Formats: sequence, structure tokens, C-alpha cells
Amino acid sequence: MTFDDFLLAFFSLEIVGQAWPILWTGLQQTLLLSAIVVPLGVGGGMLLALLSTVRHRLVRWPLMVWVDFFRAVPPLVLLIFVYAGLPFAGLEVSAIGAVAIGFFLNTGAYYGEILRAGIESVPAGQMEAARSTGLTRWQTMRYVVLPQAVRNVLPDLISNTLEVVKLTSIASVVALPELLFQARQAQSVTYNATPIVAAAVVYFLLLWPVVRLLSRLENRQLAGRR
Amino acid sequence: MTGLDRFLDSFFNLRVAVEYLPKIIDGFWLTILLAFCIILSGLAAGLALAVLRSLGIRPVNWLIIFVVDLFRALPPLVIIVLLYFGLPAAGLSISGFASAWLSLALVLMAFSEEIFWAGITAVPRGQWEAARSTGLTFAATLGHVVLPQAVRMVVPPLTNRTIAITKGTALASVVAVPEILGAAQAGVSFSFNPTPLTLGALAYVVLFFPVVILGRWIETRFAWKR
Repeated sequence: MTFDDFLLAFFSLEIVGQAWPILWTGLQQTLLLSAIVVPLGVGGGMLLALLSTVRHRLVRWPLMVWVDFFRAVPPLVLLIFVYAGLPFAGLEVSAIGAVAIGFFLNTGAYYGEILRAGIESVPAGQMEAARSTGLTRWQTMRYVVLPQAVRNVLPDLISNTLEVVKLTSIASVVALPELLFQARQAQSVTYNATPIVAAAVVYFLLLWPVVRLLSRLENRQLAGRR
Repeated sequence: MTGLDRFLDSFFNLRVAVEYLPKIIDGFWLTILLAFCIILSGLAAGLALAVLRSLGIRPVNWLIIFVVDLFRALPPLVIIVLLYFGLPAAGLSISGFASAWLSLALVLMAFSEEIFWAGITAVPRGQWEAARSTGLTFAATLGHVVLPQAVRMVVPPLTNRTIAITKGTALASVVAVPEILGAAQAGVSFSFNPTPLTLGALAYVVLFFPVVILGRWIETRFAWKR
């Protein structure tokens, strides 16, 4: 294989031109999907984290099992289970519905763990001081504890969000036409690997700034800890 | 049949379970094999890159940073698909197992390099200077003074990241590797019954639940001393 052949097979500008309309719809789907699943996950995680502040045994243990269970099952397994399994129970779910349920369960558990760690990182004195000024439990949580908690775990939240956006690529397995799925389509139409390379480049350009930002935040966090 | 009977017959069908259990068990061992390959090569490569980076050769470090950013930004499934469906265009056919191994090892390499490097930079400069002034060589300082402290510091984030990436072994089912999920999906399409998926999910829980608990334990055991 000559170098020109290699370029033609992986980096053909002509193919990129042909495939771009398909890839573009895929990119839009990926962004739309992220805009759906990230808030779902954060919402679910917030719910879990708030529940974890309840000290009662009957809440604590089921909650821990729930979180560890959904952290133990790989997201793709969960997605396939929901998408291919539920119809057997008489529940038809669309691809996007299955993705929403799967991501809610999986990423919710991760966001929940992060937010719980954040809430626990806020000194108890903050809670006590706020309560003694007459704020209700809820107001204390809302205006005193949560803002500090979120700030303390911001790098982890951003890092998890990056993982969630990357994870939307598994939706291609249930034929949701996001970026990776569209790239595979374009590949089979053009008999050329360029569309997949192009999709990888798009992912990289989209997410590189976030990776850079995280690198900085993590280094700063570590420097503060020594 | 009542709803519950139908549900049990679908998801917990004993006859189907008995028939497909051996396949799932084969998949279980394959998943473990794949996971070990990924963890060993990924962590070794990550540590090697971090050590290389500590030599402080500018162009080399830029290259390392770029490679690390690249594999942190790309979704693992995109890399797997690129290797498996893309490489044949270059005349290089690669098995599903090899493409999953290589892809996830590269991803783990990137994340672990970042973590190891953070640990190395977190060891106070005075440790370097003191060790060098006692006559230890650069390599001896790194190997006997800095790395032991650095690695100990980064055990919790490293464990969590390794677990998260190892769960990506399920992605290998997309490139026809009969690991747990692949075996389960094959079982579903042969038996027209989702019980193999239930078994598969259980197999993952059996595999990863202890690992997740271990991760929790390590997190408290090696907690940062503030």
C-alpha cells in the first residue's frame, strides 16, 4: 500500500465532502442526545445525593445497593437490556427512550456519588450555623450546602459530563442515528474508512477543550492538596 | 397467563437459563481475560509514559500530552470501531478481541498517565533534591523515592478509573467478541427470550459488584491526608 492509497482510504477530502451531510445530522443528534441525558443524569444524581443525607437505615442501605448496582452494570448492558429486553415484557421502548432510561440509571448513579461526596465535604458547622439563623432544612440545603458542595466537586462533575457525552456513542448500537452511527452508515455507502476518521476528528475537536480544562483543574486540585 | 407469569417466563425462564448458562460462563472468562489484558498493558504503558514525561524533554512531552488528550477525548467505542472496521482498508485485519484490547488499553494508558503524572508532580520538590543530594541517580530517585509516594497517592483515582474503563469490555460485543454481553445477545436471538440478558447482567454484577465495593474501600483506606 502506497502512502497515497493510505491517504485515500482514511483521509480522503472528497469522501469527507460526500459524507459531511450525513455526519452533520449525526453531530446534531449527538448534541441533542447529550442535552437530554446530561440533565437527566444530573437530576437523578441530585435526587440520590439528597436522599443520601437522610441518615435512616431503611434509606441508606437500599440507596447504597442501588448506586453500586448501577455502577457495576456496564452502561451498554443496561441499554441493551432496556432496548431488547423490555419489549418481551410487553413494553415497547423507542431507541431514544431506551437511551434515556439507561443513561438515567447509570449516569444518575455516578452523578449521585459525586454530589454526595460534595455534600459530605461541606463542614457540619455550615449546616448548624445556617439552621441556627432560622433557615429551614431545605433552605439550608439549597442556599448554603449545595452551592459549596457543587463548587468543591466541580472538576469531577465536568469530568463525568465529558464521559457522558462520549458515552452517547453507544446509542449507535440501538440504531439511534448519532455521530458514530451516521459515520458507519457513510462508511458502508462510500466503501471508505474516511467517515469514521472524520467522526473521530469531530469528537476530538468538540471535546478537546473540555479535556484541557479538566487537566488544569485536576492539577490545581492536586497542588492544593499536598 | 397473568402479567407476573409472563414476566417471569420472559426474564427468569429456567429452561432457557440452563441452556445458555454455559455460553454466558464462557463469556464471563473471556471478559476477565480481556479485562486483565487491558489493565496490565494499559497501566504499564501509562506508567511508562509518565516516567518518560518526567525526563522533561520538551518535544516528547508535547507529544505525550497530545496523545493523552486524544484518547481522553475520543469515545472508546469510536476507537474500537475505527480499528475493527477501518484498519482492513489499510490491508490490516484485526480481530474483535485485539481491537477491543488495543482500544481500551490506549484509553486506560491515557487516563493513567495523567493520574500517575499528577502523583509524580505532587511529590514535593524537596524529596527530589534530598534524594539526589544523597548521591542517588535520577533513576534511583524516581524508582525508590518519588514513585512509591506518587503511586500511593493516586491509588484511589486510579482504581476508579481502571474499573470504569474495564467495564468498557462490554463494548467488545459490538465487534463480535463473544464476551458476556455478546454471548447474552446471541442467546436472546436464538431463544427469542431475554433470559440470557438477565444472566448476562447478573454475570456483570457478580464480576463488578465486588470491584465497586473494593473501590469504595480503597477510597477510604487511601484517603488524602489533609
